[in-house]
Amino acid sequence: MSVQPEAIVIGASAGAVEALSVVLTALPASFRLPVIVVVHVPPDRRSVMAELFQAKCVLPVQEAEDKQPIVGGTIYFAPPDYHLLIEVDRCLSLSSDEPVLFSRPSIDVLFESAADAYGPTMIAIVLTGANHDGAAGLRAVVDAGGRGLVQDPETAFAAAMPEAAIQMCPSARVMSLEAIAQYLKEV
Amino acid sequence: MTEVTVPEKIEDIEIRLLLEALFLKYHYDFRNYAMASIKRRLKQARQQLGFATFSALQESLLHDPALLPRLLRYLTVQVSEMFRDPGYFKAMREKVVPHLRTYPSLKVWIAGCSTGEELYSLVILFREEGLEDRTIFYATDINHEALQAAEAGIFALDRVALFTENHRKSGGKSSLSDYYQAAYGRVSFDKSLRRNVVFSDHSLVTDAVFAEMHLISCRNVMIYFDSGLQDHALGLFKDSLVRKGFLGLGSKENLRFSRHANAFTDFVREEKIYQRRAE
Ligand SMILES: C[S@@+](CC[C@H](N)C(=O)[O-])C[C@H]1O[C@@H](n2cnc3c(N)ncnc32)[C@H](O)[C@@H]1O
Repeated sequence: MSVQPEAIVIGASAGAVEALSVVLTALPASFRLPVIVVVHVPPDRRSVMAELFQAKCVLPVQEAEDKQPIVGGTIYFAPPDYHLLIEVDRCLSLSSDEPVLFSRPSIDVLFESAADAYGPTMIAIVLTGANHDGAAGLRAVVDAGGRGLVQDPETAFAAAMPEAAIQMCPSARVMSLEAIAQYLKEV
Repeated sequence: MTEVTVPEKIEDIEIRLLLEALFLKYHYDFRNYAMASIKRRLKQARQQLGFATFSALQESLLHDPALLPRLLRYLTVQVSEMFRDPGYFKAMREKVVPHLRTYPSLKVWIAGCSTGEELYSLVILFREEGLEDRTIFYATDINHEALQAAEAGIFALDRVALFTENHRKSGGKSSLSDYYQAAYGRVSFDKSLRRNVVFSDHSLVTDAVFAEMHLISCRNVMIYFDSGLQDHALGLFKDSLVRKGFLGLGSKENLRFSRHANAFTDFVREEKIYQRRAE
């Protein structure tokens, strides 16, 4: 576990706002890694997440734009109705490919592209949710040598998503939200 | 492609070779598309077309042209909607049309028109605004199946409720049902809408400029390109537009990170409508 991480990806669904509030608001202004987040939101094309968290977080929060270079110490949210991917040259890219597991944006799509782009220098986190998105993606991150963290299903608003992730990725670390926040502050 | 520190994975090498083969044999150039999503779609193609490796897929592709259209279905994403993002069409109607009215004749290019939804939306809008008769519409795409569908103008009936809602939100002045006939679960758009439309096979990667356009609408096409290729396409648009001509992009696309950003000004910022500078 000595590789220095370069980026963090997070996926969350039902209960996402409360869970992310604990994790993202804990990150101090000095935090240097980019944090790239997919939340399942209805595809009505209104972008609320970035605005909401901009008001709560110390770090700058943006809705991801196509081919935007990834900058450290910034939190990016996937826009509604688009998949968000990371390119090998470390920029963000969007796509309107078909939904995956009924979701667009899809956590798996983000995580799998992140695994490809960053390999072992990646931390991927699956939080609360009522579906199975993120499990395959977390597996891809861990298989590429990255670190996987999962919110303890016992403490999750919806346990299905973290449970599926743990099942598919038994080596992932299971933690409370507070512990995840603390872990990130110490990377 | 900067600082790839790990040695390239075999699969990545195979994908590069496959795209190279596709270009050399068939002149479809996907080599500079945004790789993360191309890769996803190629993985799907490999699985669903039943190949164990990309190398095996490449071999078949080189020797069996019938595989080409099947592969292209994966490589090009055909997602579209009439009056998609109604705000865009509203801005076209309210902000761009008044400028277009000042020209005696107009040329409009719908680049990457897919199955025609965006084209029909613009033609209907131009008809409602009384500009259709003085306009030639160029509808282009690299996917032949999509172009044929665009030319046929037939859509599934169950999509029409959304199209109608979008049209209304975009400030539509007529009823969408004036333009189609429904039968057997499908709607067929009136052929009069195509009377000023030229359909053609054109690639933003490998083909040349179109002359003297007043408006180019290219939505959700360039997100599939990498930054270098986006620059190339934007250069093409710049050279194809008249001075003060308009360029409309998809709602999550923008010129900000492009080398050509200075050639354009924001015209309707929120809707990604730009205007070519007069110079
Ligand atoms: C997602 S669709 C966009 C359809 C429509 N413009 C819209 O926004 O609803 C993308 C289209 O771009 C086309 N395309 C992909 N590469 C292209 C290229 N190099 N030149 C022209 N069209 C291209 C695809 O075949 C596909 O029809």
